[in-house]
Amino acid sequence: MRLRERLSKLGGMKLLRGTKLSGELERLQDQLDRLRSEPTAEEIWRSVELARHQDRPYTLDYVERIFGEFFELHGDRGRADDPALVTGLGKLDDNTVVLVGHQKGRDLKERTKRNFGMAYPEGYRKAMRAMALADRHGFPLITMIDTPGAYPGVAAEQHGQGGAIARSQAAMARLSVPTIACVIGEGGSGGAVAVAVADRVLMQEHSIYSVISPEGCAAILWRDAAEARKAAAAFKPDAAHCLELGVIDAIVAEPEGGAHMDADAAAALLKQGILTALEELDGLDPAERRRQRRAKYRAMGVLASA
Amino acid sequence: MSGQGRVDVEVESKRPDESSRGKAHANTCPGCGSHYRDEELAQTLRVCPQCAHHFPVTARDRVDQLVDPGSFVEEDSELRSADPLGFFDLRPYTERLAEAEVATGLGDAVVCGAAAIEDEGCRLAVMDFAFMGGSMGSVVGEKFARACESAAAAGVPLVSVAASGGARMQEGILALMQLPKTVCAIEELHESGSALLSVLTHPTTGGVLASYASLGDVVLAEPGALMSFAGPRVVAQTTREKLPDDFGLAESNYRFGHLDAIVPRGELRPTLARLLRLFGKA
Repeated sequence: MRLRERLSKLGGMKLLRGTKLSGELERLQDQLDRLRSEPTAEEIWRSVELARHQDRPYTLDYVERIFGEFFELHGDRGRADDPALVTGLGKLDDNTVVLVGHQKGRDLKERTKRNFGMAYPEGYRKAMRAMALADRHGFPLITMIDTPGAYPGVAAEQHGQGGAIARSQAAMARLSVPTIACVIGEGGSGGAVAVAVADRVLMQEHSIYSVISPEGCAAILWRDAAEARKAAAAFKPDAAHCLELGVIDAIVAEPEGGAHMDADAAAALLKQGILTALEELDGLDPAERRRQRRAKYRAMGVLASA
Repeated sequence: MSGQGRVDVEVESKRPDESSRGKAHANTCPGCGSHYRDEELAQTLRVCPQCAHHFPVTARDRVDQLVDPGSFVEEDSELRSADPLGFFDLRPYTERLAEAEVATGLGDAVVCGAAAIEDEGCRLAVMDFAFMGGSMGSVVGEKFARACESAAAAGVPLVSVAASGGARMQEGILALMQLPKTVCAIEELHESGSALLSVLTHPTTGGVLASYASLGDVVLAEPGALMSFAGPRVVAQTTREKLPDDFGLAESNYRFGHLDAIVPRGELRPTLARLLRLFGKA
């Protein structure tokens, strides 16, 4: 359901004082106020550029600022360790959590090693292993999404890219523990949603989340990859539109000028967003939390009738 | 079987010039060049008698091929796509939708309903590639999710026949969200105790492969069906790798362990009936 519809529906209900619903109303109203007006084509493109900025903090930059005692877990226990997707254990304040996140590289050497944050099926299998671990021990799962997409290569296909992405989503739909997904840069298509099926999905102010890259969309629909700006303006991958469409639950503010201007401040804001989201989920029965998670996705989409 | 002709699929888009070009040669076999009349192909379930090439099948024809005569009762046929983004590329999305409906006679790219196959009750969700490249937007996701719920309520398996270029770009991020939506629906279906039998036909790529089509308790494919997350063109352009001749085809996927069986079209109905009996509660 679109945010504005959800809001007007909630607003129209007679509420008992202090019910959870009024809490949700407040949260939505707060988010909507933030949107002020709909982003323009220029603002959308600016988010595309900032989301891909070479100095933008990546998953591991946030990990070292947000989590204590971080210990990286390597390998899918099947055939490989995919450096494009990192998994690990860490402390969020006093609580152990499991982290799953795409990792782009900073310099050419690391970019090549990390495959520009484009995971193979092995990466998603490693993520599923980390999810199972989280569930086994009751650790909340935090994911960070920053990928142009899952890697489109011959070996990736041979190793079952489509199936791995599908199964990773299914694994997230099954988890009993609280799950928070944070889109921190590029939320590129199936490779992003594979690790983003969560109780709460947060998006940083200048991150993007989309079904296809602006260049890919332009190449297909405009038959010219150079029309990427037009494509982005048309499919609206910015955080404000994702919130409006009910795809994400909250926008996390970035420092003035974008996350890369002040990684510490960006990390502090992201941490606050994660803590707030976890608080909201606290106290819910695991089965109820899972039911609500699935119901949220079940309701996504806009329909008409003949 | 021609690998070359089969993999030449424009993923996620259906251009007017291509669909008309497709129509002109629709009954000429890309495998061996033989040409057939409609009735000839209908008799062989649209499989080339010379070289066994599997021609595309519309959703309506597929239903007729699979189910006991008269047993199909369509559900949710009234659903239509909205235009949540006011999407406009070279043409408005609404115009593309209207054109696809006229061309196919379908409300969107999937047909769902209750049916029986050799007297075994089931629910069916059959995609049609002719409707905007079988792309998955809100309606395809919704109808698939409802088919899961309908199967769960009836305590019968869901049979899915996929044919799709992937997520529908014109619905932006909401199209991507149909992946987790269908995946969540399958979780609920499985928890109810019902099975999902997934059949992949040419082509099943992108978001549909990366969601419900891959999650069958049993996954089958037709011979020569392209089933890849990224299309061959994208892979070739991105990686500059030389693609193997059988790149992404059912035969390759079977070899790598992603499929339970490759089933020629003529054997699909009895194969599904056998599986329905195996999953049925005696």
